[in-house]
Amino acid sequence: MTARAPSLLVEVLSAPGRVRLLDLPGWDRLLRQANSANVGAILVFLLEEHGLLDDVPPQPREHLEAARIVALRHRRLTGYEVERIRSDLAQLGLPLILLKGAAYAMAGLPSSRGRLFSDIDILVPKDQLDDVENALMVHGWASTHHDAYDQRYYRTWMHELPPMVHLRRGNAIDVHHAILPETAPVRPDPTLLRAAARPIPGDLGALGVCTLSPHDMFLHSAVHLFFGGEFDQGLRDLFDMHRLATHFGAEPGFWDGLVARAVALELTRPMFYALRHASRTFGTPVPASVMVAAEAFAPSRPVLALMDALFTRALVPPHPDCVARFDGAAHFALYVRGNWLRMPMVLLTRHLFHKAFVSPRTAEAA
Amino acid sequence: MSLVADLGRAELVRRLGGPGLLLRTGPFVSRIQSNIPLVADGIGLMYRDNLIEEPGGFADFQVRLRQSSGLRRWWHPQVRFDHDGREPFAPLPVAQAWPMFEWVMNWCVSNRAHRYLIVHAAVIERNGCAIILPAPPGSGKSTLCAALVCRGWRLLSDELTLIRRSDGMLVPLARPVSLKNASIDVIRAFAPDALLGPSVPGTNKGTIAHMKAPATSVAQVGDVARARHIVFPRYEAGAATTLTPMSKGQLFIRVAENAFNYFVLGPAGFDCLADLVEGADGHEFCYSQLDEAIALFDRLAGVTP
Repeated sequence: MTARAPSLLVEVLSAPGRVRLLDLPGWDRLLRQANSANVGAILVFLLEEHGLLDDVPPQPREHLEAARIVALRHRRLTGYEVERIRSDLAQLGLPLILLKGAAYAMAGLPSSRGRLFSDIDILVPKDQLDDVENALMVHGWASTHHDAYDQRYYRTWMHELPPMVHLRRGNAIDVHHAILPETAPVRPDPTLLRAAARPIPGDLGALGVCTLSPHDMFLHSAVHLFFGGEFDQGLRDLFDMHRLATHFGAEPGFWDGLVARAVALELTRPMFYALRHASRTFGTPVPASVMVAAEAFAPSRPVLALMDALFTRALVPPHPDCVARFDGAAHFALYVRGNWLRMPMVLLTRHLFHKAFVSPRTAEAA
Repeated sequence: MSLVADLGRAELVRRLGGPGLLLRTGPFVSRIQSNIPLVADGIGLMYRDNLIEEPGGFADFQVRLRQSSGLRRWWHPQVRFDHDGREPFAPLPVAQAWPMFEWVMNWCVSNRAHRYLIVHAAVIERNGCAIILPAPPGSGKSTLCAALVCRGWRLLSDELTLIRRSDGMLVPLARPVSLKNASIDVIRAFAPDALLGPSVPGTNKGTIAHMKAPATSVAQVGDVARARHIVFPRYEAGAATTLTPMSKGQLFIRVAENAFNYFVLGPAGFDCLADLVEGADGHEFCYSQLDEAIALFDRLAGVTP
């Protein structure tokens, strides 16, 4: 890995007690890095968990409290929206399986506190996609991509419907039938994911609102970051994995079963990257035996060296203070890789050609 | 503690082009970085009585305005705003750099200062009587505010009324008043001594000129006030000066409609607004003559003519 001093933000996320040593200019730097990485509100809850809020000087404290207010509103809206979606889909008799941000929030996980996200993601069986889409449309949700090519792109090749937005409330929902596109070389079996889903605690859980199992939540987060192409929020996403692993790692069976589950879901490579980078960046307590088992799924040495260099560059706060030369190139390389991992070369070429030359003309003509 | 005026032009430009000028406006400190001469000119003129902090200190907001690079440097040059690497707005022609600076300073407050209930309203005070003037654009709010300020009222704010949630007090900002289109000449004629910056035509709000906040208002920026009246002004050519009372319920709804962060604050916003409305009288106000309007406001504040 390229030697690079960790950013102040990473130091604090790894060891929150570090804030006791900060002077005001240090707080200035920390908050700016946190805002750029979209973890401003995560910070306030993290410091609160560690009993550190009272050590924060008044000026930064005010910003942390403002971030808390925004996060609490986000949490209220999420709860409301999930309840609406549950009732919109109730007639189908399906469990409502939430993914990512909405799942963490509704399950009340530590990693959800202060985590802001823009869409609610759900997982449904592929053969019921039409029923789900119709039920949502009846209740005021409308597809956002009207271009015929975009519709086909999603429906033929992707693992989700084109995003839908509620006409009155303006909130967005992504309906998935799998966690990787149809065109990707590995295909985690959605029936396995759905079969292992767990109801969330409380009344909504009794009404069928679920999350993926702890293993699957961790692996989904890993594949989303390490097979996806977007690292703008990479640090935040890696911190999710750190928090998920730390939280669920305390449950019996989490560490013992993780590698076997990754094998079953064909997600061993992203699991390896997630464990490697979370532990290197945040000191996630991964048991040595698990790390050794995961290393069996590492790529060859030269590839690993290259990927380490790319991820290390992409997983810094996107703040001007932290960004170094070639980080932009690393983001671009990972973007290309992310698309490549999702589509075979011929299809990708065709897709990018359409996006570059045909879509702009269609938009102009419209 | 020093003022912008103490810095001198060269040092002002150096800080703006380098580590940033830490400018205090009311309870906030903004780190301003810009190599655009119009921004340095504007700050040197409009904020000359404001306090500055030493570079390297803590800033609440990060305001960086820079010229686009590449071809755009020469061909229709543009100004871009970024807040810690994020660019929430589209670039504007560089001639509009100063209005853009004022807009982004407002944006920073209305998006982040949730310690306050923030209402899109002017607020002025005289004789211990603070009056909030919420209104949609085009209602003559800023014109009335500028006229009152030129006749002895203290300016707390022209755009953003900050209601501190912990105690319901109004916290001043004392930043420039934004005048639009015909209002610019109205105020020039009404108060020839008022300090107005250059007129900037062609913005998406028309022609804009800023009036400097009076030095006394800037000096008293630490003095909070309590709202006594909430007045919804409406300029109507030829209309008689009329003040019509509003019910509390109506007042609550109308203020909420003009608040930036009422929904963000949730129950806390409701409580804060309820207390504000409880302690202040609401009125609709129609006017065409500034002198008559000012006489009426003076009477509300118990000033004897």
